[in-house]
Amino acid sequence: MADAWRRQTSLRRFYTVLGVGLLLAAMFASMWFADEANAGHFFDRLPHILDFLSWLIPKDWNDVWRALFDVASPHDTGTQEFNFPLGRIYVWGGFYIPEYFELMITTVNVALVSTFIGFIFAVPFSFIAARNLTPHPLLRLIVKRFMELLRAFPEIVIAGLFAAIVSIGPIAAIIAIGLHSIGALGKLFYEINENIDMRAEEGLRAVGANWFERVRFAGLPQVLPNFMSYTLLRVEINVRISTIIGAVGGGGIGEELKLSISRGFGAKTLALVLLLFTTIFIIDQFSAWLRRKLVGEQAFMMGA
Amino acid sequence: MATVTAEEMLSIEERYPQVFRRPLYKRFAPLFLFVGILTYLIYVLWFFSLPQVLRESHWERLPLFLTQWISYDLQPEFRLDQPEITPKYPRFSALGENPNPDWVIKNPDGTFTVLIDGPAKSVTFDKAQATIVANGETVPVALSNGKPVITGPVPDWITAHDDEVVAKMGFVGEVRVTVDRVKVRKRFLGWANFVFDTRSPFFGKSAGEVVSLIVSGPELKPGTSNLALAGDNICNNAQWQHGDVWTKLLQTIVMAFLGTLLGGIVAFPLAFFAARNITPSGVLSQVLKRFFDFMRSVDMLIWALFFTRAFGPGPLAGSAAIFFTEIGTLGKTYSEALENIDDKPREGVLSTGANGLLVQRYGVMPEVIPVFISQTLYQWESNTRGATIIGAVGAGGIGLKLWEAMRTNSNWANVFYMVLLILLVVFIFDNISNFLRRRLSRTIHDYNRIQAEQG
Repeated sequence: MADAWRRQTSLRRFYTVLGVGLLLAAMFASMWFADEANAGHFFDRLPHILDFLSWLIPKDWNDVWRALFDVASPHDTGTQEFNFPLGRIYVWGGFYIPEYFELMITTVNVALVSTFIGFIFAVPFSFIAARNLTPHPLLRLIVKRFMELLRAFPEIVIAGLFAAIVSIGPIAAIIAIGLHSIGALGKLFYEINENIDMRAEEGLRAVGANWFERVRFAGLPQVLPNFMSYTLLRVEINVRISTIIGAVGGGGIGEELKLSISRGFGAKTLALVLLLFTTIFIIDQFSAWLRRKLVGEQAFMMGA
Repeated sequence: MATVTAEEMLSIEERYPQVFRRPLYKRFAPLFLFVGILTYLIYVLWFFSLPQVLRESHWERLPLFLTQWISYDLQPEFRLDQPEITPKYPRFSALGENPNPDWVIKNPDGTFTVLIDGPAKSVTFDKAQATIVANGETVPVALSNGKPVITGPVPDWITAHDDEVVAKMGFVGEVRVTVDRVKVRKRFLGWANFVFDTRSPFFGKSAGEVVSLIVSGPELKPGTSNLALAGDNICNNAQWQHGDVWTKLLQTIVMAFLGTLLGGIVAFPLAFFAARNITPSGVLSQVLKRFFDFMRSVDMLIWALFFTRAFGPGPLAGSAAIFFTEIGTLGKTYSEALENIDDKPREGVLSTGANGLLVQRYGVMPEVIPVFISQTLYQWESNTRGATIIGAVGAGGIGLKLWEAMRTNSNWANVFYMVLLILLVVFIFDNISNFLRRRLSRTIHDYNRIQAEQG
């Protein structure tokens, strides 16, 4: 008995060591590969890693606030680095929206609209794709595969395709992120649908309700809080994706941030990072609070 | 059927006030939500000036681009103002340097026939007249009057401009006729020269010929074996750039792998200090949790841009960006998993007088390791997708290549090739990760079952 136990543990230990060893080998090989392929090498660049922060530190810290709220800077010499008031968007007389806030609003709007598109399509798709509620198994298979394709398809390709059709800008980003959201939300939704309590559905079936009525009155009330919770989670993710798509031509704050960093505008970069960070932080916290209200503590279970 | 009297209805109403007498705000909440969303949508319509954008968009390009994903075209041009009509192909056309396709026929009477889709869709011409055949109709175009003139009725698939006649034949191509030239575009399904490009000595040979050349042929390039030459030609295919694409794809995979793994390694010890039930100090827990939030909220894009600036463009920057974001994400999920553990094993180990490290090792880790691995795999999977996008800002990998191929709007077949590769990689990695997670959840399941059986 003790012998068998010892043999088993030593075997297990061997497998663990082997697994960890392979993982470490793969890690070091990857590190070497990434370092070789990079323009600058890790150990060459490491001593200079703080150099690049030197341009980031503004000469005058007040410039960060000025850049954020488009207030004229005393350092303005006509260059793009300090032309803060140029970006003002006047709404009403002397009242204006600072440029970066406008860009941030664009990015957030892209995220919200694309999540809305995702939600609108994902709800019916998810009921078709759920094993227990599907109107037809073949339809279920088609919808499931379609959603998988939407989910795996790289967003930038859709964004690039539609940039050529509806011109570069936020609309292309909305279409790209929206399509991706349909797939991503649809998958989460149909997994929820497959776990519902079917007694309500049986009751409705017994009184002769059609598919739509069964889904509406038996399925939807059970799953809606969870749907909303996942949709809020998706909003958080979409704000991030919308920033990134913005950086490659989708407009919004991502584009401005990329330009500002590549040109080395310290104050502008800090203002943008501050605004982006605060917005994402607020959205995350607000959505976490709302999700906790909707479905309780389990809203925090990420992944798994 | 039983009838409900008025009193009974009243008593039911009284017994269930939460159903029949809901507060006003609850009763109208869906309506308010609906009106709110509608208002927001109208605002967004105005904000993005959607009607104008849609009016100015070019939807006719969509089918064109989509056909270019899976097909290519050849565009021979025939000058009619020279002494002899000769077909001219654009430089770098898919046919190579000596094009002699069998669908361009020089007839014995000096006329040329170009078969666009067999004889049913074709054009036959000399200097005086061109005859376009398609859709069961034959349309003669006279060219001798200084401008192209169609005798007889003009079918709707032909557009007659003042100096040019354009015949569209659907997917297979089109013919453009002016007095001094005939231009044909013939579209083929598939990808041109996918294996060997036109400069390769293997170009235009069948698979059997290539194999026999590699196995037993004379050296095509002195000093290199035919196998090495073929490999080199495939890798450096001028249009498809297989070698470069595959290297970039590998970079994307490596970025996701390295970033997630390093993030996990760093987040692992930190999570123990951040978990409220394990940490020695509440302040430390709060500080670490805010640190995780910070790392997550700074966003992968910002990290990517910073590291691209610090390390130069390449996979190192991308790995570092994913690494920093993952410290936040994995740190948060790990510490939450730790806070949800069952405290009994820990207390048991503690009661034996084990020190702090041993308590974690034998009291906590067996419970959380499967959850940790599962969450790390999940992040790995999602980072494999995310690494494509951040590549486009210069952080290495296939993203930039993809973005550049798209910008010119002419390489859609290349774009589709890369998309297929990405889909394949995502599919494979999803399955690996799903398989491992299923194995893990079975381990957790077995563990629970054994515990339940033993009481």
